[in-house]
Amino acid sequence: MSFQFTILIPLIPLISFLIIGFLYSKMSNKLAGIWGSVSIFSSFLLSLFTAYRYFFEVGRVNGVYPKILGFDFEWLRFSDSLSAHLGTLIDPISVMMLVVVTTVSLMVHIYSIGYMKGDRGFNRFFAFLSLFSFSMLGLVLSTNIFEIYIFWELVGVSSYLLIGFYYEKNSAVAASKKAFIVTRFADLFFLIGILILSFYTKTFDFISLTDPSNIAVMQTGSITFMGLSVTTWALLLIFIGGAGKSAMFPLHIWLPDAMEGPSPVSALIHAATMVVAGVFLVARLFPIYALGSDQALQVIGYVGAFTSLFAAVIAMTQMDFKRVLAFSTISQIGYMMVGLGVSGYGNEAGLGYMASMFHLFTHAMFKALLFLCAGSVIHVVHTNFINEMGGLRKHMKITHITFLIATLAIAGFPGFSGFFSKDEIITAAYHNNKIIFYTELLVAGITAFYMFRLYFRVFWNQEASYEHKPHEVEKTMTIPLIILAFLSIAVGYIPFGNFISSDSMPLESHINWGVASASIIVSFTGIIIAWVLYKKPSNLPERIVSSIKVLYTWAYHKFYIDEVYLFVTKKIIFNLISRPIAWFDRHVVDGAMNGIAWTTSWVSESIKGLQSGQLQKYALAFVSSTIILSALLIYILLNV
Amino acid sequence: MNLSLFVIIPLLTVLLILFSKSIRQTRLIAAIGMSVQLVLSAILVVLYVSLRKHGNADQFVFVKDIEWFKSLNFNFTMGVDGISVALIGLTSIVIFAGVFASWKMEDLHREFFISLLVLAGGVFGFFITIDMFSMFVFYELAVIPMYILIGIWGTGKKEYSAMKLTLMLMGGSALIIVGILGLYFHSGVSGGPLTMNLMNLSKVHFPVEVQMFLFPFLFIGFGVLGALFPLHTWSPDGHASAPTAVSMLHAGVLMKLGSYGVFRIAIYLLPEAARQMGPFFMVLATIGIVYGAFGAIMQKDLKYINAYSSVSHCGLILFGLLMMNKTAMDGAILQMISHGIMTALFFALIGMIYGRTHTRLINEMGGLLKVMPFLGAAYVIAGLASLGLPGFSGFVAEMLVFFGSFQHADLFHRILTILAASSIVITAVYILRVIGIFLLGPVKNEHHLLLTDATWWERLSAGTLILFITIIGFYPYFLTNDLIGNSLEPILQKILMFN
Repeated sequence: MSFQFTILIPLIPLISFLIIGFLYSKMSNKLAGIWGSVSIFSSFLLSLFTAYRYFFEVGRVNGVYPKILGFDFEWLRFSDSLSAHLGTLIDPISVMMLVVVTTVSLMVHIYSIGYMKGDRGFNRFFAFLSLFSFSMLGLVLSTNIFEIYIFWELVGVSSYLLIGFYYEKNSAVAASKKAFIVTRFADLFFLIGILILSFYTKTFDFISLTDPSNIAVMQTGSITFMGLSVTTWALLLIFIGGAGKSAMFPLHIWLPDAMEGPSPVSALIHAATMVVAGVFLVARLFPIYALGSDQALQVIGYVGAFTSLFAAVIAMTQMDFKRVLAFSTISQIGYMMVGLGVSGYGNEAGLGYMASMFHLFTHAMFKALLFLCAGSVIHVVHTNFINEMGGLRKHMKITHITFLIATLAIAGFPGFSGFFSKDEIITAAYHNNKIIFYTELLVAGITAFYMFRLYFRVFWNQEASYEHKPHEVEKTMTIPLIILAFLSIAVGYIPFGNFISSDSMPLESHINWGVASASIIVSFTGIIIAWVLYKKPSNLPERIVSSIKVLYTWAYHKFYIDEVYLFVTKKIIFNLISRPIAWFDRHVVDGAMNGIAWTTSWVSESIKGLQSGQLQKYALAFVSSTIILSALLIYILLNV
Repeated sequence: MNLSLFVIIPLLTVLLILFSKSIRQTRLIAAIGMSVQLVLSAILVVLYVSLRKHGNADQFVFVKDIEWFKSLNFNFTMGVDGISVALIGLTSIVIFAGVFASWKMEDLHREFFISLLVLAGGVFGFFITIDMFSMFVFYELAVIPMYILIGIWGTGKKEYSAMKLTLMLMGGSALIIVGILGLYFHSGVSGGPLTMNLMNLSKVHFPVEVQMFLFPFLFIGFGVLGALFPLHTWSPDGHASAPTAVSMLHAGVLMKLGSYGVFRIAIYLLPEAARQMGPFFMVLATIGIVYGAFGAIMQKDLKYINAYSSVSHCGLILFGLLMMNKTAMDGAILQMISHGIMTALFFALIGMIYGRTHTRLINEMGGLLKVMPFLGAAYVIAGLASLGLPGFSGFVAEMLVFFGSFQHADLFHRILTILAASSIVITAVYILRVIGIFLLGPVKNEHHLLLTDATWWERLSAGTLILFITIIGFYPYFLTNDLIGNSLEPILQKILMFN
């Protein structure tokens, strides 16, 4: 069955980008908004159609879902044996990602029509949204690792453009720059990883790269470098690329700052889609990780676990609404990485993989919802700081209820989507690695706490004094909230293992009630603490803070990681490398050139007296040299 | 096709300009002449491709041999392969955009356009000839108008820069002429008459000690123009002082004469020396790549930033050429074209911005994107292309070079490749830093609020260049495969024959 039409899914947003871009000043805002939304809606319909056709019409062939090349053409030939193709690869995870990306993107488009109303850069915003949608859809459909690298860079630049959307604000400019450079730095490792991988396997292609029989060949034939096999090296380097995009410690520093972008952007790019690209990348290459390199997979597991804890601790202390959510995103992506890190390949061992993808799916829905709610609140109260908010439940009923649903989902409240997916990750960790298991259990509690801290602080607590009386936002904004709230509950009930599993075989997952009850207890504890501390105004939080002053200050300052980076770039790279090089070039290299020129003119200056044109001087020189030479001659002759 | 048209049209244009009475006439003639040249290049590409399609497998096509100095066997030999066709295309694009970028060059307009077109004629001549003597003549013809153009129409310490640039390039020429004569006098080793013709020379197998002696002369001589570290210092001063169109043409095309010479004469004719001495020059090229990028970070003048960036990008050309395999050389030649268009775009935009703000110091500007959306956006696009964003030509070229150099499996090449690849991060740092300082943020100087955005000729100039880097970026296959890749085959055969 043909999937050739899938190329249209990314192309439609691209065309939309070009049209809005070229007719930039001639298009009315309304038209640009509708145009962008209609384009993404078409992609959305096509994605649903693809999903239906793939899972239900094609279905399993010989027990597994086939990997289908929907579209494929040679884009660039590196050598006779290696060439880069562009095309679309249809398999369970790419279909899932299509649905996630187009759903969230559609919601964000509709929401933005209201949110961005009256903004000077309205058309620019929709053009960039289309550009991002194109890049992200291209990324998830990539047939090979080179293609994914191309779109990887393109989502990076779309993110740069959208973080810096309010480009007259210095903080936004700095944030966009930081985001691009940090991820670019990670991409360098990704690129080196691709270079290594493609050199030893002679292919970019995912289908042949992830074929279990090829992986075995690669393993036996490969050489080692510094004690690790080249496969491990390549996979670790590629993971660094993924860690950069997915904001894993210590490359997470760009994501909190990225909140400078408009809230719909945070929802789409920095919560639901682009930031999970790293997880997607590892999942894409998962058979190689699982069968080719245990070490790499362990690194992923530990990095994920550490990041999830680290970010959750910081999230407890932040006062900026969106930054709390940003750290929460980092923490949740940590969960997804853990899922992959503790997974094996095939059957029951592959539970972690399935759970990770499941969590990616559910997280996209509730986290996008959280950010859109945050956008509504900020839109109405004109501040980002939660201590300037409070009591909003009376004024913004729809936002309140939808935010509560999303919060319950992320806190892992039984019956909501986050509960199912997170629980499976924790179960997978329980079977694989106890340290990671306990960490993640703890993080589940912290998550429940900081999310409900946010919820109670903003929607309950004491009503802050607002300049304008808060009101519910308009319909274009509330409708996406309601849809996403519905999805935040409903997607949990999808029998996910039937569609996605590490080896494409059906995986029946049962709730492990032992683990589940542990995580439920932990979550409830977190919620109750938040309830006690933040539902009503009290001085309890301050008293607790002052009793753990040092720890709090460190967490509040994000453990000073940003300062370390600033030190490295400003003090070391700028002042100790770049400035001396610029000086060296001007004074030493160029100085040498000028020195040659100077020497030449000095020499000519000093010998020019010899050609004075004065006859007497010449005569003097003639006579004196004759005498000297004659004397010399006589002397020599006498001594012979 | 008669290749001499590519030299005749600029000369005819020059003749016509002699009779022009006003700037309007001058620029109109120049614009028409260079439009014809652009169309002619397009025709050349089409004819070339159709010739190849019909199975013509000669190394050079459209060959024409005109006797020059019979006693010395110096001929004026014309001929092109896909690589020179591509470079002719590049030259036409850049000079076309350059004419429109100089639309308001009012003082001594005739003299300015005449010098500019003579320069262009020299470059075209260099690319259409395949005998070293004529190449050298055209090379000199291209370098000399530079002195006049910078010295008269330049800005800042223009006399110093013009002198420095010319003297350093002349120094390079001195080395080149030694190398060329060396090749000429040794071309009789296997019997035949002494020759300057590349086709005949390529059949000669020079003794290894001759190769080892001549290679540094040719590589360094051409390398000066190709911004080989540490002989690149003419470039920042020269570019900073040159008027807009001259910077465009110089960085865009003239610097490629250097790398083209390295490729066509030094490496092609002396492959064994290139292989043996390659590592040394590879190290220099790598230093150039990283050093140029770091050097660009702390610069304050827009043109200096771009000049250092050119050192870095041109380093990548030499780096790719020295890898001596198809992928990397393909990338290096694509990088010539890509960097040519990109840097011309940069210099064009810098000139246009300078024409409005009267400063090139980034600290004195700020928030210009708001004031001049077109110029600002175009600069951002140029910046993104320069940092190797997919969708633009630079990305393809860089990838080809990196993947090509990675085919050498030893640690030495690996480390150099990784160092060279690290430039993609450093480039991002300096490009985004510059954009952040002078285009984004609040408007710093309130006088700048009154400035106007690009005029139609400026839009045409910048638009043309953007169009081409995007086309190549989206569909590189034609260029990398049909034009460059296939023409590399005979060259690689020769290079690999002696190994």
